[in-house]
Amino acid sequence: MNILVCVKRVPAPGARINITEDGQAVDTAFLGFTVSPHEECAVEQAVQLVEKHGGEVTVLTLGPAEAEEQLRTAVSVGAARAVLVPITESDWDPQRTAQAIASVITDLENANGKFDLVLFGNESADSCGYQVGIRVALKLGRPMVNGAKGLDIEGSVAKVRRESDAGQEIYMLPMPSAVGVKEGINLPRYPTMKGRLASKKVDVTRTESTGSVGGLKTIQLQRPPERVSNTQILGTGPEAASAVVDLLEELGVFK
Amino acid sequence: MSVLAVIEHDRGTIATASLGVLTAARTLASQMGTTLEAVTVGANADALSSVAAQYGATVVHQAHHSALTDFGPEAWGEAVAQVVKKISPQVVIGTGTERGHEVVAQVAARLDLPASMNCTEFDSAFTGAQPLKVVRARWGGSLLEQAQVDAPIKLVTLANHTVEAVESPDTATNTVHDVELNDSVMHSFVQDRVERVAGVTLATAPVVVSGGRGVGSAEAFAPLEELAGLLGGIVGCSRAVTNNGWRNHTDQVGQTGTRIAPDIYIACGISGAIQHWVGAMASKNILAINTDKEANIVTKAGYAVIGDLHKIVPAISEEIRRRRG
Repeated sequence: MNILVCVKRVPAPGARINITEDGQAVDTAFLGFTVSPHEECAVEQAVQLVEKHGGEVTVLTLGPAEAEEQLRTAVSVGAARAVLVPITESDWDPQRTAQAIASVITDLENANGKFDLVLFGNESADSCGYQVGIRVALKLGRPMVNGAKGLDIEGSVAKVRRESDAGQEIYMLPMPSAVGVKEGINLPRYPTMKGRLASKKVDVTRTESTGSVGGLKTIQLQRPPERVSNTQILGTGPEAASAVVDLLEELGVFK
Repeated sequence: MSVLAVIEHDRGTIATASLGVLTAARTLASQMGTTLEAVTVGANADALSSVAAQYGATVVHQAHHSALTDFGPEAWGEAVAQVVKKISPQVVIGTGTERGHEVVAQVAARLDLPASMNCTEFDSAFTGAQPLKVVRARWGGSLLEQAQVDAPIKLVTLANHTVEAVESPDTATNTVHDVELNDSVMHSFVQDRVERVAGVTLATAPVVVSGGRGVGSAEAFAPLEELAGLLGGIVGCSRAVTNNGWRNHTDQVGQTGTRIAPDIYIACGISGAIQHWVGAMASKNILAINTDKEANIVTKAGYAVIGDLHKIVPAISEEIRRRRG
């Protein structure tokens, strides 16, 4: 079972996000970087699947040279191989990204055989495009489902579980297939000492690729308007309970 | 020439998000001096057509195929792509939901067109001839991006909860399109469903009582469960809580969790990091319970109680029981 996981280097979420003066990018001066959260879970899922079924996990990223750090992170938690598709711009649009990634995957498969599964994150944490994985899967001619909250292998089929308002939906994709993974599918592990050593030693393959510029163009980033709320303090400590219940009654949520 | 709204539905039941999409698409069509049309996927779509007409659609394109009985992202994408190719709308708007993003991305991939997801605004000067300028949500809404979609057919999704649905009844003509689906799109249909056991869900609950790092442990969520139970609501949590393994990720509110829009959100011991806030900001009212009166969530909430949630939450439950006698 050979699994490829496509990941993206993104500024570490959790902090306030500032924009550069020209409004073209996120100001990363005071931010760390990480693997986009859904993709961190995709790596974990891939590692769990090869632990169970055998095989090996390859991670691939299209990004700046520094994205090597995120590939090594993936190796530290169990990926065996790492491929960097270097770009000099800060980000490529979704069409261009998908074209470049699909072409690298095709080359890798021509050389080493097909990946049974190609995993993506549901959407990247920073650009939130919801489309690169779907575009790549179509170019590779594989069935694709996004939003996976469960992923198991049953024979030659990838069984995908996804959540909906009504409950859960089950999809059965014959392999080779592609799946977009969502956070919550697992709890990613921490690297072991052995993993850390492996991540230092791994040989990161660099593969140039190109894609034509697509039709979605960033003009400028902006901060959303701050919500200014004249917060009404209902009280301090348990004595405020009565005021809270008055409020609940007033809002019609307590009858 | 038209603006085409993609109707999201689950086996014939329209998704609420579709109503906002129809409303936004109608506004755009009217400023462009063109018609609002809609597309449905699957047979027995006449009820959906009536809803679309209620929101101002004048033509409803029904994509039919015997295989289209349940949701399948690739088949839906292919069906919509074939209709789009046939009628060449200037703009196609889908829902900003899991299915909506997925279907529009499938259409985009199949027609090799750009797509801009989670738009919160469309250029009010857009007439149809030029590239479409949009504002779209990045970082789950923590940042906005002014972007431009440059293509003959502009594909977008509307961020959920950004446009209030407003009816504008019209008479719609139904046009049936028999679409051709080849085997390659047949694999990704829903094969089975596990229906949720009766009860409210995080996305639809009228009351959400949420806990953050300040709750301290899995066991300490019991009083929150009790309060939620008394109010017919449900318990949510922040990412710190799921990362600590105190609660399942299905309870997580935020960018990588669930977006909620309850009548009241009671946030206990949650500092209100931006990634949490974007999941909660559509709540109609927010009550923060926090020891820190400077916490982000307190400054953004409409109401707050300052103090220890471990004492305050049980006191609220107690007061509710007392008043109910």
